[in-house]
Amino acid sequence: MLGGGILKGMAVTARNFVGSYFIQERMTTIQYPEERAPLPENYRNFPFLVFDGDDAHAGLRCVACQICEKECPPQCIYIVKSKDKKPDFVGKPQLYPATFDIDISVCMSCQICVEVCPFDAIKMDKVFELSRRERFDALLMQKAELAKSNEYYHQIHPTEATDVDAGLAAAAAAAAAKKKAVASPAPPTPPSNPNPA
Amino acid sequence: MVSPEQIKARAETAVPGAKIEIIANGSPANQPSLLIDREHARTVVQFLRDDPALQLDFCSNVTGVDWLDRTATTKVKVKTLVDGEEKEIEQAQVETLPGYLEAVYHLYSMALKHGPVIVRIRTADRANAVHLPSLTPLYRSAEFQEREIYDLYGIRFDGHPDLRRILMWDEFVDHPMRKDYVPPDDFEYEPTPHDEVLARAKEHYTVRPSSDGAETLTAQA
Amino acid sequence: MTATLHELHEAPPRAMTSRLEGELLEVSLGPQHPSTHGVFRMNVALDGEIVRKLKPVFGYLHRNHEQIAESTSYLGSMPYTDRLDYFCSMTNNWAYALSVEKLAGIEVPERAEYLRVILAELTRLQNHVSLLGFLLSDMGAWGTPLMYAFREREKILGLLESLSGSRMMCDYMRFGGCRVDAGDDWISHAKKVVADFPRFLGEFEKLILENEIVINRTQEVGKLSAELAINAGLTGPILRASGVNYDLRKIDGYGFYPRFKFRVPLGDHGDCYDRLMMRALEMRESLNILKQAFDQLPGGPIMNPKVKIRAFKPPAGEAYGRIEGPKGELGFYLISDGAATPYRYRVRPPSFINLTVLEDMCLGHTVADVMVILGSIDIVMGEVDR
Ligand code: SF4
Ligand code: SF4
Repeated sequence: MLGGGILKGMAVTARNFVGSYFIQERMTTIQYPEERAPLPENYRNFPFLVFDGDDAHAGLRCVACQICEKECPPQCIYIVKSKDKKPDFVGKPQLYPATFDIDISVCMSCQICVEVCPFDAIKMDKVFELSRRERFDALLMQKAELAKSNEYYHQIHPTEATDVDAGLAAAAAAAAAKKKAVASPAPPTPPSNPNPA
Repeated sequence: MVSPEQIKARAETAVPGAKIEIIANGSPANQPSLLIDREHARTVVQFLRDDPALQLDFCSNVTGVDWLDRTATTKVKVKTLVDGEEKEIEQAQVETLPGYLEAVYHLYSMALKHGPVIVRIRTADRANAVHLPSLTPLYRSAEFQEREIYDLYGIRFDGHPDLRRILMWDEFVDHPMRKDYVPPDDFEYEPTPHDEVLARAKEHYTVRPSSDGAETLTAQA
Repeated sequence: MTATLHELHEAPPRAMTSRLEGELLEVSLGPQHPSTHGVFRMNVALDGEIVRKLKPVFGYLHRNHEQIAESTSYLGSMPYTDRLDYFCSMTNNWAYALSVEKLAGIEVPERAEYLRVILAELTRLQNHVSLLGFLLSDMGAWGTPLMYAFREREKILGLLESLSGSRMMCDYMRFGGCRVDAGDDWISHAKKVVADFPRFLGEFEKLILENEIVINRTQEVGKLSAELAINAGLTGPILRASGVNYDLRKIDGYGFYPRFKFRVPLGDHGDCYDRLMMRALEMRESLNILKQAFDQLPGGPIMNPKVKIRAFKPPAGEAYGRIEGPKGELGFYLISDGAATPYRYRVRPPSFINLTVLEDMCLGHTVADVMVILGSIDIVMGEVDR
C-alpha cells in the first residue's frame, strides 16, 4: 500500500511521543541547572594540584620538576621553580613551584600531565562550570586556585585516590626503611605509578 | 604475497629501462618499499596495477615526505707521514647529500587482498626540479591527495588534471609542511606567560587589558 | 576562490536536459550550511535544478594537524587524534596506537585488545546511528529521527565517558594497551546497553526503511560503480554499498577480529539507499561482535609493562597501520628517525578520500540530492581538513 511505510513510521513517532511522558527510558531531558546528571567517577576536566594536610603550601606535592610542563601537548603549563626548598611527604627537602599556571583556555583535558607526573602531584578535576566574563587572564588558573586538598581528591575520585595514597604510603615506608638501614639519608624512590587507574 | 624482489624483477623485465631500488625499512613493521625512477614511474605503476599476479588496484595512501640536505660524515683511514713515520690516521670526510622531496604511494590489491606495496618517487632537488609524474590518471584516489602534497610540500605533479591548492587558500605562497618552513610572524595574544611568546606578542600588540569591557555592560544594570 | 568560479564559467555544460538554453548558474553551497556537516563548501554550476559541475572547496577547518604532530612527542599526538574525526575518537586512537605499535614492535595484552574491539564497535554503533539521523535530517525530516538517534548515541557516549572520562575526546588508548581498566559494573552496564540496542534499531528501521519518501529520495540517487569506487580509493560502508567485499577487519585481521563471527553486508546498487542500509546492517553485525567480545573478554593486564610512557623513542624506520574505522580505512603513516618526535606523521583520512567522487555521484542530480549524497558519504570536517 502506498503510504504504508509512512504510516508505520508515524506509529513509531506516536509511541515515542506518548512514551516521552510516561516511560522512564524515553524521558531523557534533564532540567539543568536545577537537576543534574551525575558525573561518572572517571570524569575528567582540568588538572589541579594535590596537597596533603591543611596547608596548601606545606603539603603541596609538586616538586617543580617541570616534566608535565615539557610533556603537555599544547604547552599550557608554566612553572617557575622556587629558590628555597621545603620538605616533601617523606621529609626530604625539595623545590616547590613558585609559580604554577595552567591556561585552561588552551588545556585540552588530555590527562597527559597526570600520567607523566612521577610524584602524583597533579590530578584531574571535575569542575566544569568555569565560564568567565573574560577570556584571557580569567581563564589562567594560578597556583592558589589550582591547589586542592587530598580530601577533595578523595571526594571526586575515591578509587583512584585510595590507590594513590597506598602507593605513596608504600613509598614513604620504603624510604623510611632505607633511612634506617643506611644512616645517611637516601633519596626516596618516587612512587612509580605511571598509569593511574 | 609477492616479495619486493620478485616485484622488482617482474617490473624491470616488463618495463625496459626502469630503475627500481628496494629501500629497506629498519623498523619491526617490515614494510620495505620500491624506489622507482621518475621517467618510468607511471609505466611501472601501471604495470603493477594491471599485472594479473599483482593487481594492485587500490591506491590507499599518498603522501609527501621532505628530506633536507644532509651532511654525512664518514671516517676514512688515511695514510700520512707523521714525524717521518707513516701512520694511519682517521679523518672525517664530510659529504653533502642533496635533499629531495618524495611522494609515497601505498598500493593494495582489493582483488587479491594483499599489500601493501609501497612505491616511492623522488624529485631531483627541493628547489626547482620538483616535478614528478602524477599517478592520478591511474588512480583517482590520488587526485585530492596529490593536490594536498602540492599544497603542503610543493611537488608539481605533471599530468594531474586539476593541480590547485586544496587545504591552504589560493593566495598562500609557501608550502607549510616543508621541514624548513618558517611560520609567519603573527599570532594572537595568549596569556600563558611563556617568555619568548610574551616578548614576541609585545612586538605585535600592546598587551591586552585584563578586562575586555564585557563586565561593564552588565554591571551597570 | 575566484579562479574556481571562473573555471566553472568555462565548463562546457554536459548534455542539456532542460529545454531552456542558457548560462549555468553558479551557487556556492556552504561553508555555513546545516547540511554540509561542518564547514564544507561546494561550488556548484546549475542548469535549472540539475547539477552540471561540482567542485568541493576544503580547508576551512585546516589546522595542519600533521605539522603539530611532527613537533610533539608520539604520546602527545594521541589526544590530537581525538579531534580528527571527533565522532569516533576511539577508533582514531586505535589506528594511531596500532601504527606506533607496528613501528616499534610493541605487543598488546589480550584484555586490552578485547577492550579495544569493544570500544571500536561501540564507536561504530554510535557513529552509524547518528549518521542515519543526520541523513534524514538532510532530507528534511527535521529533528525527530535525529533526536531518537542522539538519545541512543548518548547512552553509548555515557559508557565511553564513564570509562575514559570524556564523552567524545576519549584519549583512551596508549601504545601497548589502554589507559583505564573496565570494572565489572562497567561491563554489566555496557552489556545492558548492547542488549537494549536492537529494540531501538528495529524501531528506527521501521521508521525509515519502508518510508516512501526516504525510498524516493535515496534509491537510484548518487549511484557509484564498483570499478570507480575501487579506483577512487573509497573505503568503508560506501565501498561495500557498491558491492566490493573489502572490510579490513576481515582482510587485515587486526585486533582479534578473526576470533569473532560476523558477516560483511554488501550492497548491489551503490546508491544512497544501499549506503543507508549498509549502516543499519553493519550495526547489527557490530552488536554481534560486541556480544561475543563480552563473552570472551579475558582478565589480565591492560598495559604492556615494557612500554615507557616518558621518553618514548621508536627505532628508525617507517610503518603504515590501518584499521576499519566507521567511515572507512583510517591509516597512519609514520616515519621515525629515532627521535622522540616523528619525522613524518601522516593521516590517511577516509572521509577526505571518499569525497574524491562526490562530483561523479552528483552530476545529473538536483541540488536537493547533493545534500543526500553528501550525507550518505558520512564526512566529518575535522578529519577532512585536518
Ligand atoms: S590535561 Fe593535557 S593539555 Fe591540560 S595541562 Fe595536562 S597535559 Fe596539558
Ligand atoms: S610533573 Fe608533577 S611534580 Fe613535576 S612539575 Fe608537574 S605536577 Fe609538579
